Amino acid sequence: MNVLEIRHLSVSFAAEGGSLQALKDVSIDVPEHCIVGVVGESGCGKSTLINSILRLLPDNGSIDAGSIHFEEQDLTQAGRPKMQDIRGQRISTVFQDPMDALNPVLSIADQMLHIQYRSGLGRKEKNARSLDMLRRVRIPDPESALKRYPHEFSGGMKQRIAIAMAMMMEPALLIADEPTTALDATLEVAIIKLMKDLQSHIGCSMLFISHHLGLIAELCDQVVVMYAGEVLERGTARQIFHNPWHPYTERLLDCDPGSQSSRMRHLPTIPGEIPDLKKRQEGCIFRSRCQFCEDICHAMPDEIQSNGHHVRCHRRSP
Amino acid sequence: MLIYSLKRLALAVLIVSAAMFLLFTMIYLIPGDPASVALGPRATDAMREALLIKMGLDQPVWIQFWNFFTNAWQGNLGNEILSNRPVADVVMEQLPWTLALIAGGMVWSIALGIPLGCWTAVKRGGLADRAIGVLSIAVIAVPSFVVAIYALLIFAVSLRWLPAIGAGDPGNLGDQLLHLVLPSLAVGLGWVGYIARMVRASMLEVLEAPHIRTARAFGLTDRQITYRYALSIAILPTVTLLGVGIGQMLSSAVFAEIVFARPGVGKLVYDAILTRNYPLVSGAVLVTTALFIAINLIADLVVGYLDPRVRSRL
Repeated sequence: MNVLEIRHLSVSFAAEGGSLQALKDVSIDVPEHCIVGVVGESGCGKSTLINSILRLLPDNGSIDAGSIHFEEQDLTQAGRPKMQDIRGQRISTVFQDPMDALNPVLSIADQMLHIQYRSGLGRKEKNARSLDMLRRVRIPDPESALKRYPHEFSGGMKQRIAIAMAMMMEPALLIADEPTTALDATLEVAIIKLMKDLQSHIGCSMLFISHHLGLIAELCDQVVVMYAGEVLERGTARQIFHNPWHPYTERLLDCDPGSQSSRMRHLPTIPGEIPDLKKRQEGCIFRSRCQFCEDICHAMPDEIQSNGHHVRCHRRSP
Repeated sequence: MLIYSLKRLALAVLIVSAAMFLLFTMIYLIPGDPASVALGPRATDAMREALLIKMGLDQPVWIQFWNFFTNAWQGNLGNEILSNRPVADVVMEQLPWTLALIAGGMVWSIALGIPLGCWTAVKRGGLADRAIGVLSIAVIAVPSFVVAIYALLIFAVSLRWLPAIGAGDPGNLGDQLLHLVLPSLAVGLGWVGYIARMVRASMLEVLEAPHIRTARAFGLTDRQITYRYALSIAILPTVTLLGVGIGQMLSSAVFAEIVFARPGVGKLVYDAILTRNYPLVSGAVLVTTALFIAINLIADLVVGYLDPRVRSRL
């Protein structure tokens, strides 16, 4: 049973000199109680994916095709009030930079109170609930923390508070947008462990977005590899990390500093750049940087699937 | 917050003292001696001598300043020339009228300017936004005395809706408020534009901030986001602007008081200058300077109250 089912999603932005296709034919499943990781370089469409699910695309962005099924409804068709009911309640988000993610002039107590406005609880119960959540994310002295303001906390503490806020309404899906990228490496492990604990405690699913491959390998049940707004490969973490089918995934794994076993002067990179999304080329999107590129790659490869391992590459075609 | 308030208060006292020093220096540097101005051309040397000694002007300059300084802090601004009444009394009699006028202008320009700024920021790029933008610039550009004269001509002379001159019958609050309408309109109109533009600009900036995106992702309603999460930050620069803007409002109050023949400090200074009543001029200037500094102090304290970051930094 999938909590979230994205099918053939295409999103474009109106830009100067024509429209820019940020997502093309993206299909992703997030099963119940599962953590699904999304990896890719910067600019691969990870943020657009989140904003599409939350329906918080900027004014110039539009969903052109496809569907986002969440709890028996298509979010692409949901109206504004419906989406407001879902956000924070059923789908919650932890953003990348905790430094500026909380309102600077409202106290932690007020912000946590406002999130619960749909709960129908009294003020006292809401405050008790906020206190409980702060305790669960291990904020020291939660009573006084409630009275304080965001600037009085360190980055790691702020991210803990943001996680407490996101988990407060016990959502069915938690979206984590690189939640540890802006933090010290020492905090990373603690924050990740905290999120995983809360996730299994609440029993929600998680869409975990990161470019940190080691983290994804450790945390996620399933992995989606994105490139230039397309899903190139998806499958279980085991399939992706131990038996990658797409050349891009292979090279991405080669580039992970954590996977280097011998000392070297330069870290390996993938030569070339992400193609111009305003002028999408026909055929395979990774063609221009692929060492196995052939004539057939000028045609769009079909999605091939076996045992839940999906890939778009001609080399895998029968 | 207490320490912050005390610090700001100490700074305000320092600024008022500096203003006193400047004022004293200016009076001291004006050519001609005050005694001959006060006594007129037919005074004898002995009379002048006597008055100089009475005014303490025969003392060395630093002692003169020290006397001026200590007297002023005790509320003694000397006596005015025409009626020989204490300047402080005369100014304090007129001050409430000016305060009422400024408060009237402030209140209605804030009450209109802030919602307009929010509304145009939320509906940015639309027809209403552009129309209000042009109108704002227009009302900022029109000098307040022009507004005062036209308001007088249209609403008092032609339409006869509102009284034209004076401040209303003493003791009759309704009548006094009615007399306040047109002058406050004149004093506040430009500020509606200022505040609307200022609030719009800072709202646009705040609405792009990551924490607003977080608020949206937590499912807060547009109303909550605009008025509670965004406006509470966007209002801060406007509060500071209003503190500084009081100075400009004081000067437009002078015109409004003259045009509408209202009592007030502006009218007082205007009349004092025409009659060369220098002690009264300097006393009134000192009081308005102190008023300006006090209002800025209040604006800073309000910002400190509204913004926890400012509160903890100082």
